Amino acid sequence: MKITKHDVEHVARLARLRFSEDQLDLFTDQLNTILTDFDKLQQLDTTGVEPSTHAANLSNAFRDDQIRPSLAGEEALKNAPAHERSCFKVPRIIEG
Amino acid sequence: MTKALSQMTIHELHELLKKRAVSSREITQAVYQRIDAVEPRVHAYITLTRETALKQAAAADEKTKQGTIQPLTGIPLAIKDLLCTAGIRTTCGSKILEQFIPPYNATVISRLKEQRAVLVGKTNMDEFAMGSSTETSYFGPTANPWDLERVPGGSSGGSAAAVAADECIAALGTDTGGSIRQPAACCGIVGMKPTYGRVSRFGLIAFASSLDQIGPMTKDVTDTALLMNYISGHDPRDSTAVNREVPDYTRALIPDAKGLRLGVPREYFGASGIDPEVEKAVWEALRILERQGATLTEITLPHTEYAVAAYYLIAPAEASSNLARYDGVKYGYRHPKETDLRDMYEITRAEGFGAEVKRRIMLGTYALSAGYYDAYYRKASQVRTLIRQDFEEAFKACDLIVTPTAPTPPFRQGEKLNNPLQMYLSDIFTIPANLAGLPGISIPCGLSSRGLPIGLQIIGNLFEEEKIIHGAYCLEQNSDWHLTKPSLA
Amino acid sequence: MRYETIIGLEVHAQLLTDSKIFCGCSTRFGEGPNSNTCPVCLGMPGVLPVLNRKVVELTIKAALAANCQIVRYSQFSRKNYFYPDLPKGYQISQYELPIARGGYIELEMDHGQSKKKIDLNRIHMEEDAGKLLHELDGVPADHSYVDFNRTGVPLIEIVSEPHINTPEEAGEYLRILRSMLQYLEVCDGNMEQGSFRCDANISLRPKGAPVLGTKVEIKNMNSFRNVMRALEYETGRQSSLLESGEKILQETRLWDVNQGITESMRSKEEAHDYRYFPDPDLVPLVIDDAWIDEIRSTLPELPREKKERFVKEYALPEYDAAILTATRQLADYFEECVRLGPQPKVVSNWIMGDILRHVPDTRDISQFPVTPSHLAEMLLMVDKGTISGKIAKIVFEEMVASGRMPQFIVAEKGLVQVSDEGALEKAIQEVLNANADQVEQYRQGKEKVFGFLVGQVMKATKGKANPQVVNELLKKMLAG
Repeated sequence: MKITKHDVEHVARLARLRFSEDQLDLFTDQLNTILTDFDKLQQLDTTGVEPSTHAANLSNAFRDDQIRPSLAGEEALKNAPAHERSCFKVPRIIEG
Repeated sequence: MTKALSQMTIHELHELLKKRAVSSREITQAVYQRIDAVEPRVHAYITLTRETALKQAAAADEKTKQGTIQPLTGIPLAIKDLLCTAGIRTTCGSKILEQFIPPYNATVISRLKEQRAVLVGKTNMDEFAMGSSTETSYFGPTANPWDLERVPGGSSGGSAAAVAADECIAALGTDTGGSIRQPAACCGIVGMKPTYGRVSRFGLIAFASSLDQIGPMTKDVTDTALLMNYISGHDPRDSTAVNREVPDYTRALIPDAKGLRLGVPREYFGASGIDPEVEKAVWEALRILERQGATLTEITLPHTEYAVAAYYLIAPAEASSNLARYDGVKYGYRHPKETDLRDMYEITRAEGFGAEVKRRIMLGTYALSAGYYDAYYRKASQVRTLIRQDFEEAFKACDLIVTPTAPTPPFRQGEKLNNPLQMYLSDIFTIPANLAGLPGISIPCGLSSRGLPIGLQIIGNLFEEEKIIHGAYCLEQNSDWHLTKPSLA
Repeated sequence: MRYETIIGLEVHAQLLTDSKIFCGCSTRFGEGPNSNTCPVCLGMPGVLPVLNRKVVELTIKAALAANCQIVRYSQFSRKNYFYPDLPKGYQISQYELPIARGGYIELEMDHGQSKKKIDLNRIHMEEDAGKLLHELDGVPADHSYVDFNRTGVPLIEIVSEPHINTPEEAGEYLRILRSMLQYLEVCDGNMEQGSFRCDANISLRPKGAPVLGTKVEIKNMNSFRNVMRALEYETGRQSSLLESGEKILQETRLWDVNQGITESMRSKEEAHDYRYFPDPDLVPLVIDDAWIDEIRSTLPELPREKKERFVKEYALPEYDAAILTATRQLADYFEECVRLGPQPKVVSNWIMGDILRHVPDTRDISQFPVTPSHLAEMLLMVDKGTISGKIAKIVFEEMVASGRMPQFIVAEKGLVQVSDEGALEKAIQEVLNANADQVEQYRQGKEKVFGFLVGQVMKATKGKANPQVVNELLKKMLAG
């Protein structure tokens, strides 16, 4: 076993996903199959190989410090599931 | 037999429009008639924009009357539903964005609007472009017009099917690991993934940001060259869009292949899982090109066998982060019951995403998580470097690399849905170009004994789309696979 | 047992740009909720960040002033976590390759008697998150509300090494750092509006022990005084725990300003795992020598150098120099005034005594109605004897009230000093006549009365008499 059901539960919490017991079993099984296959990468010696973040060798893309119009009026809130008084509304968060 | 308007290509229709032999309104109506006839069976679209399309067509006709027609003016195009369209819902094939109406256009959409192209609708796709069969869409699967029991490929399966079934004149798709080329192959059309950075990604709802690229899906190579002319170019809103001149790609439409050195990678042939019919069709196409003056060289891309693994770690890792914004706060679906914060997140996301998306979020989160980053994400990124180096080496000996697009003709619906790893292997030949940022095209090169389309892939060096178009056009001009249509009566 | 306190500080400073770090929305504070937002800073699907060049320039400026090495190849990473104030589900920050490393801030403790270098670990750029509101109209609400105006406001994070050993050093470090950033016009340093924020890591270890103790992170300190109080409290709390043989928990604690204590944030449901990775939407940042040199050439004189120069060049006491150089604007005001002629120490006295009373925040001194040239003119009038020092105070207050030039005020109100002997003799004679008793006392040797008589003359001339001339004439006339 590469990845245990416990690992899957932990990763689900990190990713803010929730699964039933059956789904957890299925995902554990499928992720294991996939990761076992992907273990072939470990055969490759990559010592000293720079990782590629991009395919292209790009650098330094900037914009000037200029104000551009923000969304007008309540446009920002138009797609919001819940909003009130120009704010996005979420369940009460207890801080601390 | 005269072709119906909906069957024609961009360049054919442009000639007619220019002569005022036909109006955009007539073309658009013809396209919708075709949609009315076949869409219930094909299901290529998530959203149709009939009313606005007819208005756009009328406006295009007005421009044409004023003598300001441009090459795409009045042409009905279909857009994959992960390219943002201002005021038109953009779902990404997902429940979580079912009601999302962007207040902005993707840069490519703005460019098409400048041309006064007509937007027919938003095409179906695998949810968040994660899939190779268009079966993971929240809005149901798209059927392959050549065989309604089979998948159209994916993730741009809706765009591919719409082009193949004449439900539009041409379409835009996106390609992260083959999502333009593989469905193009499955549906017998032309599909090109440009060099990473050639086309702005602004407004493309990200799956894997370092791999995603927008490209044309068309009925022939000429139309691909035309669309490339107008979607390419620098965009100050995308840091990864390269500031580099856009050539006139139609100048690369050269009917012979003189001087082209074609590399045939040994790793792509005779591999396990490749259908002999596919291999045979590709070899026949290579011989056509050879007869037209191309030379063939065997090349090697030694890290090919690691590409799928590297890709399916990098892409899900980026996706796990890109899809974190779907949290029920700012837009999109939120679980309707009042809950605490954690429930809002977890139930919203559990209900809003489908199984394949969740699988990839899990895989990607795991690959980035403490203790696994080096073994998975970092390792995969290093392998990505090796794959890039393979291509750099190979292009010293050839101009273009020719391979099959997909290992098999389109498979049956449901066949691979429960076997993710099998599904992932559908992209085995297309993934390496994404990892290396290279441009690639798929063009029809034959039909299987069951009458299913087979696609040939041509990969070029960075920003050498012109050579690809040259090679593809030569093959097209010396074969007639692109004229063969599915029999959807 | 004696313990040694080990403190490291993380300062978040908001950069003085007009627009946000990755989009064109305004960074203005205090606007209506979500009015400074766009698809990019709201994290809408498909949008992309593009880096504000000025953010890079201001960061390099701060890094050069803090003696850091500029990293030639740096990149942005994504820090992944879920919170409603974080619209993308990740914060764009720098992780593996920050823009600047190393550097130091030099402290002067015990009124400049001892110096200490606090090494820096790094400076990096990042975007701010939004703001959560938990009440409506001042009443706690049953929901929370999100305002994304702050989202994407550019920040630099300045991370010190754990080289700070006392709350006083922490306070001094913050003062010096803030004044440096203000001098550079990189940050306005406003702690109340959150444009200069500080978190602390603090641990204790037995004196001389080789390994660090368990560190506790303290947040929510919104003034220098609170930082020092919180560190003081935490030192006490940790040492008494250690004394009684208890373990220190590695945790985050919040400073409660009302109770004057730190309180544990309830332990999170899970440990943080931010899954940092390079942001593929942004390209690496490559900084060459030419760019660094260009920015270096724009660096102003920094507070410490300026203070030392003031002591040397203007022969000012350390104390004066420290006050005058507290802000760049005040130092400029002083120098502008001195350039026009008055004695530096006189200018310094006026600034410290009279001007600072009127100007609570010296960064706003350009708004003060008395300009450096007006002040200089007035002081030169005193110097030349045109007005007396006493009259000068009246003229000054009038200048503050009206913003008019001193000449006008002096002329209009007839405040020119009277040195004319004839006129003064007449006035003195009148005073002598009216105070025959006192004159008699003086002549009998009671010299103290002299002062009283001078006062009477000044009063009679409404303060305009030249006191020196009055002195001389009075002596002569009393003797005569």
